[in-house]
Amino acid sequence: MISGKFAATIALGSIALLTLCAGPLRAQSHVDTPDPSLGTPSVASEESHIGGLTGHAASGKVLYRRYCIGCHGPAGDGEGMNAQWIDPKPRDFTQAIFKCRSTPTGTLPTDQDLYNAITRGFVTTNMPQWRPLTQQQRADLVAFIKTWSPRWSKEKSGDVLVIPAETPVTIESILHGRELFQKLECWKCHGPAGHGDGPSAATLTDSKDNPIRPYNFSVGTRFKCGETNQDIYKIFMTGVDGTPMPSFHDVIQPNDAWDLVHFLRTLQVTLPTKEGDLWRGYVATHGKDLKPIGPDSAAGAQ
Amino acid sequence: MRLKYISAVALTAVIGSSMMIFAKPPAGGGSITGKVTYTGTPAKMKPIDMSKEPSCAKQHATPVMTQNVTTGAGNSLQWVVVYISAGDQGSAAPSQAVRYDQKGCEYLPHVLPMQVSQQLQIYNDDQTSHNIHPLAKVNPEWNKSQPAGSPPIDTKYDKAEFIPVKCNIHPWMHGYFVVLNTSHYAVTGEDGSFDLKGLPPGKYTVTAWQEQYGTQTQDVTITGSESKSVNFVFKALPY
Repeated sequence: MISGKFAATIALGSIALLTLCAGPLRAQSHVDTPDPSLGTPSVASEESHIGGLTGHAASGKVLYRRYCIGCHGPAGDGEGMNAQWIDPKPRDFTQAIFKCRSTPTGTLPTDQDLYNAITRGFVTTNMPQWRPLTQQQRADLVAFIKTWSPRWSKEKSGDVLVIPAETPVTIESILHGRELFQKLECWKCHGPAGHGDGPSAATLTDSKDNPIRPYNFSVGTRFKCGETNQDIYKIFMTGVDGTPMPSFHDVIQPNDAWDLVHFLRTLQVTLPTKEGDLWRGYVATHGKDLKPIGPDSAAGAQ
Repeated sequence: MRLKYISAVALTAVIGSSMMIFAKPPAGGGSITGKVTYTGTPAKMKPIDMSKEPSCAKQHATPVMTQNVTTGAGNSLQWVVVYISAGDQGSAAPSQAVRYDQKGCEYLPHVLPMQVSQQLQIYNDDQTSHNIHPLAKVNPEWNKSQPAGSPPIDTKYDKAEFIPVKCNIHPWMHGYFVVLNTSHYAVTGEDGSFDLKGLPPGKYTVTAWQEQYGTQTQDVTITGSESKSVNFVFKALPY
């Protein structure tokens, strides 16, 4: 079903691109150049810096028109011609609110965060991976995306989250993570077993009032913001801005955060993980002693 | 509904009654007082079902009502922010922080005015986690988890804005941060009345904002230390 939807998007996208390419495609000398098909973005910083790469908005603009405009739209507001068929909706760059950040909630992401998002794509959405583009091209796109909001000229990116070395995966760590999952009430949205079916799940909307579903751990898909344990750590610490997923940075200590990461891995029952293996062995022998997660387990799960 | 008011008033007593939330009035003896009312038939507020959060439900003897159009005797409208939108010569934010409470899965007060750059402290007094998610558009939008027993969140807003606040975990929770460029503001109490004090002589525009009915403005000129009376009447919508 996903592949069908994806194919349809590619088909739609191709039509959009063909339509666009039918017009005279001339190189834009500068991002400031008025272009009726692109509107006039508010020009802020016109460069991006990713590692040793410097991206240029002027080059990014050409790429944007070639690859991004169909969904993200000529005004960068996520209202491209394909947008009406797409759920979750394409990102609105004019608000400069981004899901995947290494920076605190409410702050701008780093160039690297945006670069990673373009490279990684957003799994289970219509945003594909853009690995076929060169690294330079992706850096150029980052520079151009930043011209859509004046925030980029007035604010700096937030301070990058410091992720300490991962603690060992042990039963104690997983059990403590399970307690936190109960105590921090992750289950209210993600469900007692991480199926994305908690009591608040059905009412969730994003900041544009579109319905949105919490992540279902049991399907085992990659996370939208990455796939490593460090990525999980980052996701709940910085939050997923523009969605109901809050930042837990101020309420979880680093060691506790690793415990939570280890427990969350056990909920991905379809994935082979060392956390899962360890946990299943423990549950086989001690499962009957575990308090169920949920509203009746007020004192914590262990 | 009346019981709800009593509890709300009792709970907000810590912060001061809704009429006393505003900042210390600066020099100037003039004042603008009045009342905000409605004509027509406003939509009925609905009881909130908190059964999914028993720790909150048990704090309320009768169901809490929605508050987006809160009416009182004599067609009064509560939770209307009345403020000087033009003519104020400007005043720095007071050093005193404003306080916002999450209690019984309600926001107290429902509408919290504050000045640009004024410290805002957000408390979770409940035995449950809240995520506090102010849906700012002009200011940065952030979203933070605040489990039971967490310290208050200390923050501020740098630009004037009416910011809806929600908790995604408890979708019935709904309130407003009203960030203003002036120190002359008030929120109408249960009787719909307001009092803008400490106004130096001058020409002012007074704006009344109701979350559902929008804004109304009136021009007022203050001479000397006189007290002017200004009333606002909103047309109620039955939905």
